[in-house]
Amino acid sequence: MAGVLWLFWKELVRFSKVAFQTVMAPIITSLLFLVVFSHVLEGRVTVYEGVSYTEFLVPGLIMMSVIQNGFANSSSSLIQSKITGNLVFVLITPISYFEFFVAYVAASIVRGLMVGAGILLVALILVDVPVHSLTVIVTFALLASAILGALGIIAAIWADRYDQMAAFQNFIIMPLSFLSGVFYSIHSLPSFWQTLSQFNPFFYMIDGFRYGFFGVSDVPITTSLSICLIALTLLSSLTLVILKSGYKLRA
Amino acid sequence: MKNGLAVTIENVHKRFGAVHALNGIDFTIQQGEFFGLLGPNGAGKSTLINALAGLVVTDSGHLSVMGFDVRTQYRDARSRLGVVPQELVYDPFFEVRETLRFQAGYFGLGREVEPWIEELLDELDLADKAETNMRSLSGGMKRRVLIGQALVHKPPVVVLDEPTAGVDVELRRQLWSLIKRLHSDGHTIVLTTHYLEEAEELCDRIAILNRGELVALDTKEDLLARGISRTLHIHTREPARTLPPSLADKVKCITDDYIELTFNLGREESSVMQVLDTIRDAGVNVIDIRVEEDDLEDVFVQLTREAD
Ligand SMILES: Nc1ncnc2c1ncn2[C@@H]1O[C@H](COP(=O)(O)OP(=O)(O)OP(=O)(O)O)[C@@H](O)[C@H]1O
Ligand SMILES: [Mg+2]
Repeated sequence: MAGVLWLFWKELVRFSKVAFQTVMAPIITSLLFLVVFSHVLEGRVTVYEGVSYTEFLVPGLIMMSVIQNGFANSSSSLIQSKITGNLVFVLITPISYFEFFVAYVAASIVRGLMVGAGILLVALILVDVPVHSLTVIVTFALLASAILGALGIIAAIWADRYDQMAAFQNFIIMPLSFLSGVFYSIHSLPSFWQTLSQFNPFFYMIDGFRYGFFGVSDVPITTSLSICLIALTLLSSLTLVILKSGYKLRA
Repeated sequence: MKNGLAVTIENVHKRFGAVHALNGIDFTIQQGEFFGLLGPNGAGKSTLINALAGLVVTDSGHLSVMGFDVRTQYRDARSRLGVVPQELVYDPFFEVRETLRFQAGYFGLGREVEPWIEELLDELDLADKAETNMRSLSGGMKRRVLIGQALVHKPPVVVLDEPTAGVDVELRRQLWSLIKRLHSDGHTIVLTTHYLEEAEELCDRIAILNRGELVALDTKEDLLARGISRTLHIHTREPARTLPPSLADKVKCITDDYIELTFNLGREESSVMQVLDTIRDAGVNVIDIRVEEDDLEDVFVQLTREAD
């Protein structure tokens, strides 16, 4: 087995060892959101014709967790290894910067998909969620977790301390994922916020993902797909440039 | 290729801001050598080692391991190099055996490496700690895991950055014999240490760095033979005023009981006799006589002071 696969495997073992925190906790959190919001708002809000509010909420909550966990996996693993210094054990091996990127992003994808699938499975017990296109659902989950995996690498390289990392998470990832149309359609927002949402890349991840379930969305699926692909290309390239330069990893 | 070069360092420079951590370092290490890298704190030893391992990117110059350039042929170079870092670093998520298994995996090693991992665990006296989390190990045990990680891919060149720092006497002896065994198995060993008796005991050839510069590079014997290498101390009850003038400048100290005379000697065997002849001719009676050999520490202190 090639070195890159072992690095990928190590990343999987790492989060599995604390699976309660890395997989179970986000599933439970999402279900709490689902129960509370659907209880309060069910019957009062209709976003799409023929779709109950609870059904509408499920894909958004799943995608929000995919986003947050995709980011959390690469960023927390990498910053811990960097700050404690054990990253040298990877840096002194023949593993290339490209393989390094692949291993961390792939682990982010696995964790994102595991959490997402977990939420979906439990949600299916509570609500009937239609599936319009499984391909679209899987594609957007893959894209979102990969994009956030790459972003996690960038954040972990940039941050010198844990509190800087926490700031990145609390002031960028959290607000952007909450304000991306998880709980509403952007058409229900005042026009200023509608316009603003269109600059939030997470909005397109959620909108496209939701299309996979209901076959309807706020913007055309081709638009959200293109924007996600562009985001992935740009962030991956940036991550690779940073990794290649050795910035903050090799003195 | 038995007598090829294990490590080549060609005119390497590295600056960290205003600090010239490596200032034109240039030397080679033969395969099979036991090489010591000495120098005071901040001399640049770790920087040089990290440059070999690819952890430090040099500003100019070339480094290679077993003939492979560490930058352009990094995969070949790194798979032939094992590094024991100076800091006690570990991943708190994993147990000892896992740590070694993953490390071997990063070098692309499959099942075939597993017997070697068990052997290493035995060798490093870690067999009963194989399922213990890294966090729960003592400092000395963590150090041994670090050594295991460096050896897990059986690299021909092993670099140990202060492997015996903060290690008790017993473990130090064990590490010494392990490192000696690696050396006799054909590994090239590069060792940094602040314990000069350790370098004296183990190394064939020694480089001394000071402020990023190479201030000495020689075999241990030649290094020890440098400069003043022996001192002869003679105690006499002779009153100071009766000493012949020729010996006046040899007086080191005067106590109530005796006068101590010291003579700096060269390496030649005859010089002790010459001094004794002088003493006898002067009619000085001797109550005690002692010869002191300079050790590596004296040479080290001289060399790193000269450079100031
Ligand atoms: N990453 C870094 N950033 C800035 N300066 C550094 C860095 N690494 C080393 N230095 C500086 O380079 C010089 C050489 O450091 P180095 O760690 O190589 O010394 P050393 O010989 O290993 O010392 P010691 O015996 O204390 O381990 C020191 O002045 C140190 O402060
Ligand atoms: Mg050092």
